[in-house]
Amino acid sequence: MFGKLTWAAVPLQVPIIAITLAAIVVGAVAVLAAITYFRKWTVLWNDWLTTVDHKRIGIMYIFVAIVMLVRGFSDAIMMRTQLALAGPGHSGFLPPHHYDQIFTAHGVIMIFFVAMPFVVGLMNVVVPLQIGARDMAFPFLNAFSFWLFVVGVVLVMLSLGVGEFAQTGWVAYPPLSDLKFSPGVGVDYYIWSLQASGLGTLLTGVNVFVTILRMRAPGMTLMKMPIFTWTVFVTCVIIIAAFPILTVALAALAMDRYLGFHFYTNELGGNPTMYVNLVWAWGHPEVYILVLPAFGVFSEVTATFSRKRLFGYKSMVGATLAIGILSFIVWLHHFFTMGSGADVNSFFGIMTMIIAIPTGVKIFTWLFTMYRGRVEFTPPILWTLAFLVTFTIGGMTGVLLAIPGADFLLHNSLFLVAHFHNVIIGGALFGYFAGLYYWFPKAFGFKLNERLGKYSFWCWTIGFYLAFMPLYMLGFMGMTRRLNHYDNPAWTPYLQVALVGAVFILAGIGFLIAQIIVSIRDRKQNLDLTGDPWNGRTLEWSTSSPPPFYNFAVVPRADQLDAFHEAKKRGLPPPPRKYEPIHMPRSSGVPFILSVFILLLCFALIWHIWWLAGVSFVSTIVTLIVRSYDDDTDYYVPAEEVARIESARHALATQEDLDHEYANA
Amino acid sequence: MNMQTLNHSRVDGHASAHDGHDTGSLKVLGLWVYLMSDCILFGSLFASYAVLSGAFAGGPGPKDIFDLPYVLVETFALLFSSITYGYAMLAVHRRDRGAVLRWLSMTFILGAVFVGMEINEFHHLIALGYGPQRSGFLSGFFALVATHGLHVTSGLVWMAVVWHQVATKGLTPTNVTRLSCLSLFWHFLDLVWICVFTIVYLIGAF
Amino acid sequence: MANHATTRAGEAHGSAKSYNTGFILSIILTVIPFALVMHPVLPRATTLFVALIFAVVQVVVHLVYFLHMNRSSEGGWNLISFVFTLVILFIIVALSVWIIWSMHYNMMIN
Repeated sequence: MFGKLTWAAVPLQVPIIAITLAAIVVGAVAVLAAITYFRKWTVLWNDWLTTVDHKRIGIMYIFVAIVMLVRGFSDAIMMRTQLALAGPGHSGFLPPHHYDQIFTAHGVIMIFFVAMPFVVGLMNVVVPLQIGARDMAFPFLNAFSFWLFVVGVVLVMLSLGVGEFAQTGWVAYPPLSDLKFSPGVGVDYYIWSLQASGLGTLLTGVNVFVTILRMRAPGMTLMKMPIFTWTVFVTCVIIIAAFPILTVALAALAMDRYLGFHFYTNELGGNPTMYVNLVWAWGHPEVYILVLPAFGVFSEVTATFSRKRLFGYKSMVGATLAIGILSFIVWLHHFFTMGSGADVNSFFGIMTMIIAIPTGVKIFTWLFTMYRGRVEFTPPILWTLAFLVTFTIGGMTGVLLAIPGADFLLHNSLFLVAHFHNVIIGGALFGYFAGLYYWFPKAFGFKLNERLGKYSFWCWTIGFYLAFMPLYMLGFMGMTRRLNHYDNPAWTPYLQVALVGAVFILAGIGFLIAQIIVSIRDRKQNLDLTGDPWNGRTLEWSTSSPPPFYNFAVVPRADQLDAFHEAKKRGLPPPPRKYEPIHMPRSSGVPFILSVFILLLCFALIWHIWWLAGVSFVSTIVTLIVRSYDDDTDYYVPAEEVARIESARHALATQEDLDHEYANA
Repeated sequence: MNMQTLNHSRVDGHASAHDGHDTGSLKVLGLWVYLMSDCILFGSLFASYAVLSGAFAGGPGPKDIFDLPYVLVETFALLFSSITYGYAMLAVHRRDRGAVLRWLSMTFILGAVFVGMEINEFHHLIALGYGPQRSGFLSGFFALVATHGLHVTSGLVWMAVVWHQVATKGLTPTNVTRLSCLSLFWHFLDLVWICVFTIVYLIGAF
Repeated sequence: MANHATTRAGEAHGSAKSYNTGFILSIILTVIPFALVMHPVLPRATTLFVALIFAVVQVVVHLVYFLHMNRSSEGGWNLISFVFTLVILFIIVALSVWIIWSMHYNMMIN
């Protein structure tokens, strides 16, 4: 009746997990109680769970990303602690099979459930506003994508308390991940959570691509789009082309595990190396999906806080396009050692080095933008400066690894681990943090606390260097990744320094959360009344903060690059005398409901509860079909209501407030 | 000076024009882009098949299991279904609801014949002990061909729903958009089948 | 304004003549390769080559006559996105086959 699921699946005998589960249960009960006590269920359902508004969806993505950052980081600090302790003669506190789940979960969570949602969240909040659109091309699909992502999150979190997670590393290579060597449910949790959230990502890619292509404001040609939108555009192309490859790799693994296929088995003709090949054919474009929008953030932030237009817009666009294309022909550098010949390795090694060139162009562009600007050292600029140094170091170690001969020694060593954390933290994550601070006022109507933001920045930066520079040295000294314990005493001091770095990063995360809480508490003192707290250059800053649900009462025209900046120079026009009704999509509970069924489907598949799988699958299809019969999926906002909202906004931002805000911005 | 919008152009009377964006054509473009991702999906399956195409593990190879006359009939079923769908679309543009429903029905039947024949082929192979569990080659074959078959099946379900929606509500703009999207999907599946019958069956069996 | 009973969706649509032409061409391009494989009269390499070429041509026939792909639909984006997809497809399939073939060669796997 319940397939493989029994009470034994709940690992209460492991103290760490038991305590964590207890904390989660207590926390969850507290949250549910609070929502009930403050009578917020209706608001939660109407305004958040059923929303199709890109701004709200984006906020939810980023909220979940930050929560998962805490989970993923707790895995990290456990690993650092274990390694600092588990030198010669000691075994630490985490037995290998537990430790293996931790490093697997750490990687999966950070890539799929922290970095990706951060990217998608920023895309969602910012892009329609930047291009002068009222929402994404497919708002319903947008909501569905979010809830599919949540299915992935729930599955990963469930694996902690019900069953186990994969113990294979975050890419789950067969034959280890095949049924013979991973007979438990861990790899199945992995497969289905990634398939669900991967589908969400693919649909987002299609959605945002069509949005950017078709819903730009009149006059905004492609070469007049804000640079962040450009990077998002190329990112979406990469998503559309790369994610199907992951789908196939995971589906084939699932077919091996569930149906006895021989894609990746050791016997009867299977070829495990094909999994490695496919996963990295996806995996390398994936890291560019993570980093390109961060580059876009840095471009926006650098221009705004240098009070100067971005240097070399065209070359930035060209470099972004080049990176997009090149990202598809370098993937073998993730497995130089797998056994292809020297010719294959040389080709990919050279291609990998070439991809560093357009990135270098971008670095110089940012430097030239700041040169002779009036740089203001806000947190976003601090993140940018740290990025410029940190990412360059990480990029250089990447070029070093691109040499097959060197990689044969350094593959899967801590040098590699240090490299990719270097570029992901220094490149992607710092960019997301900069974007968070930059666009937070637009999303919420008040600024984030600057002082705590700077503390967070310094802790993260110092923490990063302390945590990862020793790892480069350990890599040279021969330490491999994913070690549970080791017997070389020379390594211990480095690992202890790395643990100190992790503690600094913990403080950085603490300050981030404190920053958000304090900012909410102090929001009335930090209101963004004009909608343009940074004297920005692009269209999103022409709306109020937060924008009305329809974004723009009148569709703007954007005939130049940095359209808003140019408009401010000319003098902004008066509001129109007459408003038109605005066509908007209705909220819908269907995306949420679909995802509940899909969650049940995935859970049933994991635990082999076949009847439940069948019922959930059919329910999903039926729900979709029923929804397709719904003719009442959009409506018109009456012109009077638009007028009312707009005049309330104008009344709010008086001349005094404008002067005050610009004086402090 | 208050905070103001950037409106320079007078909004014309098209309040109903979806802000100038035709939502129907937006959806068709969206489906096309999705089909591009589906191309890559099939491409990865083809690549997997290619890599496994020699992995017989002592079991049967393509020459042993492919029945070309049977596949030719299957191919014609799908090709003809593409044509009947084309005629359905011509009827849509003529606004001839009856003809649309008739051509859609023909398409459905031909598509169902294709799927039925494919299920029969799989059943036959599995009964002989040549199912996907037998070897890497057979795994690659079954996965590729069945993925295509599942896509066709999904198309049939979609077609049935749209048929009913056209029968009950007529050729509304929403239904016309849906028919256009399904058209793209259906022709795309026939296009993928060309690659399947050539690379898997013809090249394999020769 | 007028008549929103029509949408621009499916605006690239064919005529009976173009569908019929595509149909006839597709039949020919299907039957010949099948015939050549089922009754081999040409050398193996030639037959395979013909089958592949005919497949490519038939794909183009489908694209033009059934999917109405041309340089202008959707502002040229249909064509660009398709060409881009083909490029990526070619890269992934060709490079994957090369990688695995090279590996098998070096590890002496047949």
